[in-house]
Amino acid sequence: MSERKEDYHQSYEGKIRIPSGCAVAGLINKAGKRVNGRTIGEMMAVMHERSNGLGAGYAAYGIYPEYGKAYAFHLILTDDQTRGEVERILVRNFKIIEQQEIPVRRTGRYKKAPLLWRYFCEPLRPDRESAIEDLLLTTTMRINRMAPRASVMSCGQNLGVFKGVGYPEEIAEFYRIDQYLGYSWLGHGRFPTNTPGWWGGAHPFSLGETAVVHNGELSSYGTNKSVLENFGYELSLRTDTEVMAYAIHYLRRQNLSWPLVAKVLAPPHWAELERMAGPERELVAALRRIYGGLMMNGPFSIIVAFHGGLMALNDRLKLRSLVAGASGADLYLASEEAAIRQVCPRVEEVWSLPAGEALICRAEEESACHVA
Amino acid sequence: MKVVEAKGLPYRELNREVRRLLTAGEERLLLRGINGQRYIGAGLTGAARLEIEGTAGNNLGAMMDGLTVYVDGNVQDGAGNTMSGGEIIVRGSAGDITGYAMRGGKIFIQGNAGWRVGIHMKSREQSPAVLVIGGKAGDFLGEYMAGGTIVVLGLNTPLHQEREAANPLAGNYLASGMHGGAIYIRGRIPAWQIGGQVRSALTTPDKNAELKAWIAQFATGLNLDCSAFQRETFTCLTPEGNRPYARLYDHSA
Repeated sequence: MSERKEDYHQSYEGKIRIPSGCAVAGLINKAGKRVNGRTIGEMMAVMHERSNGLGAGYAAYGIYPEYGKAYAFHLILTDDQTRGEVERILVRNFKIIEQQEIPVRRTGRYKKAPLLWRYFCEPLRPDRESAIEDLLLTTTMRINRMAPRASVMSCGQNLGVFKGVGYPEEIAEFYRIDQYLGYSWLGHGRFPTNTPGWWGGAHPFSLGETAVVHNGELSSYGTNKSVLENFGYELSLRTDTEVMAYAIHYLRRQNLSWPLVAKVLAPPHWAELERMAGPERELVAALRRIYGGLMMNGPFSIIVAFHGGLMALNDRLKLRSLVAGASGADLYLASEEAAIRQVCPRVEEVWSLPAGEALICRAEEESACHVA
Repeated sequence: MKVVEAKGLPYRELNREVRRLLTAGEERLLLRGINGQRYIGAGLTGAARLEIEGTAGNNLGAMMDGLTVYVDGNVQDGAGNTMSGGEIIVRGSAGDITGYAMRGGKIFIQGNAGWRVGIHMKSREQSPAVLVIGGKAGDFLGEYMAGGTIVVLGLNTPLHQEREAANPLAGNYLASGMHGGAIYIRGRIPAWQIGGQVRSALTTPDKNAELKAWIAQFATGLNLDCSAFQRETFTCLTPEGNRPYARLYDHSA
């Protein structure tokens, strides 16, 4: 255990220098067909040069159908003692139905990897379904307060995040993501610039039913953080992308549609606003007035996953790359076209996403994707 | 012609092999099964021809001075980054920052090009820099341009008739901070699409020998028929002066 602790607190920042920039990838089958995690792993492997081994991860949707409506808490923990503390937080509001160590391959650099645990939980008061998002939020914040000793990777129904320090290929191998079938996947390879490369700082960042992977940096982090802190969000994970995940979570709880969430994160420039027609201008201006503090400034390309869909978005100046590819019921998104062609050589259409315009893809049979 | 099977080959090994074959005197190479390998042709000189099948990775032909690179497919970001000479001919589309800071040579893209294309472009007397895009380009085309020529044709894009409608062949912030060279875009362009400090005039290939010559070279390089454009209206953007921001911090005026 002491060895594990040692690795845990180690910051790799500044010790490794490889010129690159993050890699993001996402895929969804619109018919709800579940695909093996190997595919997203292959997409990430082609973009190897974009990461530097300081963080990688995957989000998988539709992987736990046998657990019905249970909430799957994926946790990064220092040791069993910390697990005890986390469990005491969980049982305040949840009944633990099942728990286990997430199956991993502890070889090579991962001999000292943290303890990775998952709990399948049901709320103690299932009658208060409307309050569940608040419950997930407060529980996650309470656990993350213990960071870096403990942090939540994900806590949604029928989904899971698998992440850590390493290259995307290493993390895929470590978590055996080829053992899971999901109808939608996110992948990330990290090149940390301003924040340490540590297990909890790897992407995807997830809260409730949404998860996000991000390439870029958010210079508005401070502003966004102070806005979110008013609504019960605490930023404990020492990475800018955390603020993006919580902003999206918050905006969705405000019942904003995905197109409107995108307009808050990457609002049109004022000059563009002036050229818009009346009603549209009113709407966009109102969003800017109300949610201006959640505008994300700085370069970014993000892919957001939610139950039954994906959303991809570039910053409004398009300072990062993001390519989409479609073939039949499959939609692929990646930082580089090569990642799409690697897994779908006969892709019917490939296009680059314009600045600030969201691509929102929903499964045609949402019921097939959503927890029944 | 020598064939290199590049499927799954890491970029370092691939580029080492290309260098080795060119040094050994090969004049034509076919790189088959390319998918995302970076830096192909980067820093190379000479008169050889590289043909690429697949999607070429980032920084294709970066700092290249010589070679003709033909891509039967798309190219990712940064093709022709800081190139000094030679040709890059692309049958498909190109990503962001194509021709970034190029100072000589030619880039012909049959399809679309991404954001920030031709920014910081310069030109040398002995090898004028030219970038011709068959499709359309995104925002910031020719930003901080210091020399050379950019042409956008919009081969398959119908233009709007209304005077103030956006020209779909280029995005916003067109030619911001431009202080040298020329940009030709088919059709009229409303003032709000242009970055400022730029002179805008109308011309046609028939009346403008430079434009006509570049379109002809583009058509030859990609084996296309562009004769229908000879009488089409193009907007020609040139800088008003060579120091667009000279008075940016001067509030005395």
